Amino acid sequence: MSDINITITDRNGEKHNIEAPTDMAMNLMEVIRMYELADEGTIGVCGGMAMCASCQCYIISNHKLPEMQDEEEAMLSEVFDVKENSRLTCQIPITEDLNNLEIEIAKEI
Amino acid sequence: MLIIFKLLVFLKKKKMIKTDILIIGAGPVGLFTVFEAGLLKLRCHLIDALAQPGGQCSEIYPKKPIYDIPGLPEILAGDLTKNLLEQCKQFEPGFTLGERAENIEKISDGSFTVTTNKGTKHNAPVIAIAGGLGSFEPRKPALENLDIFEDKGINYIIKDPEIYRNKKVIIAGGGDSALDWTIYLANINAEVTLIHRRNEFRGALDSVEKVKELKNNNKIRLITPAEITKIEGNERLQKVTINNDGNTQVIETDFLIPLFGLSPKLGPISEWGLEIEKNAIKVDTYDYQTNISGIFAVGDINTYPGKLKLILCGFHEATLMCQSAYKIIHPGKKSIFKYTTVSGITGFDGSRKEAPKAVVKSIND
Repeated sequence: MSDINITITDRNGEKHNIEAPTDMAMNLMEVIRMYELADEGTIGVCGGMAMCASCQCYIISNHKLPEMQDEEEAMLSEVFDVKENSRLTCQIPITEDLNNLEIEIAKEI
Repeated sequence: MLIIFKLLVFLKKKKMIKTDILIIGAGPVGLFTVFEAGLLKLRCHLIDALAQPGGQCSEIYPKKPIYDIPGLPEILAGDLTKNLLEQCKQFEPGFTLGERAENIEKISDGSFTVTTNKGTKHNAPVIAIAGGLGSFEPRKPALENLDIFEDKGINYIIKDPEIYRNKKVIIAGGGDSALDWTIYLANINAEVTLIHRRNEFRGALDSVEKVKELKNNNKIRLITPAEITKIEGNERLQKVTINNDGNTQVIETDFLIPLFGLSPKLGPISEWGLEIEKNAIKVDTYDYQTNISGIFAVGDINTYPGKLKLILCGFHEATLMCQSAYKIIHPGKKSIFKYTTVSGITGFDGSRKEAPKAVVKSIND
C-alpha cells in the first residue's frame, strides 16, 4: 500500500498537491479536512453521510470514480452550484486508482 | 377587554426569563447539561434556532444509528434525543425554540442577558454555549430581489400552516420537508404547486407515494424538472417564473416556500468577544470555560488541543462544566459530589428516583 497524489483547488482558487494514504480507510472529504484545505465547520458538516453537501467538489481529471449511490445523487439534486462533474467527496474512498486525481472544492453552502 | 389583552401580550414580551444556566443549543450535549446541572439543583433554560430539540440529531440524521454512545451498542439519533429529554425532564428545563440567540450583555450584578432575534430576553449568571456547528439557517436560492419578498410571500420556515389555508402556494425543493409540507398543505386546501429540479425526490417512500397520489388525483400540481428563475410582485410576491425543462412558465401565487435544507452558521455568537479558532470557541480544558468568565462552551462548538467532536466527549465536558457553574452561582458554598446510584434523583417537579432498598431479614428465626 502506498500514498497517492491528489491535486486539490481550494475555495480561494489555490492549488495544493497533496499525498493521501490508501491504507487508512479514508474518504476524499477527510483528506481535505486532514490538510485543512477548507475551514473547519464549512466541510463535512454531517460527518460524511451524504446528508449536507458541504463537501461538494468538481472532478477535473478523467478518473473513473465509484458510481454515485442514491443518497448522494438525491443530495446533489437539492443543493446549489451543482455541475455535471459534481460529487460529494465524503462518498469517494481513497484508493490507488485515484492517483493523480484533480478536483476543485465547490463554494461554501 | 382588548386593552387588558394587549397589556398581557406586552407584559409577556417584556418579561425576562431567568434561570441558573442558560444553554444555547438544545442538541444532545445541551440536553445532558440540564441533567448534570439538575443533580446540583441548578435550573436550566435552552435556546435553539430550530423548532424542536435535538440539534443535528433531529435535523440532519434522526434515522441514522450512532454506535459510540457508551452503554448503547446502537441507537438512532432521534431516539437518543428522546431519551435525553426523558432523562432530564424532572429538572424542568425551559425552552425558547425557533429563535436564535443574538446579543449578549453583561449587567452590573455580573450576570448575562441574552436576547434572541425575536426579542425574547433571558438572564442567567452562567451561559453554556452548546451550539454544535452554529445555528441552522435556511439555504436560499440565488434569485434577484429575494430579500424584498422575504416575509412578504416568501417563507423559508413554516411556522403557522394555517396562513396557507385556501391560498396559492409554491413549494420548491426535493427533500423530506418539501414532500411533507406539500402533503400537509394540500390537506388544508392550499392550492399547492411543487417544483423540483429533478424528477426524483429524496424522501421517505410513503411520502413520495402520497405526493404521487395527490398529483394523480389533481390535488396538487407537480412540475419537474423545473427551476425558479424570477420572482415578481407589487409590495407582496405575486408571480413566479419557472424554467420547466427549457420552457418558461409564469405562475401566479400568494406564497413561495423554498425548502432547500438548512446549513449551520456560527452566526452572531462569533461577535460576542469570544476567542474563536477554526470556527470553534477556544476553551480551557479544566472546566470548558471560554475567555469570558461565566461563559462556557461544550460539545462540537468548542476547541482545545486534542478535541474530538463526539457526543460522548460533549457529555463529559458538560459534566465538568456544571461543577464550575455551581461555584459561580453559589460562591463560597461547598458542593459534594454524589453518585446517582447512592443518592437517587430528586426532581424539581417533586419526583424521586432511587435504588430500591435491600431487604434485611433474618433467615434463622
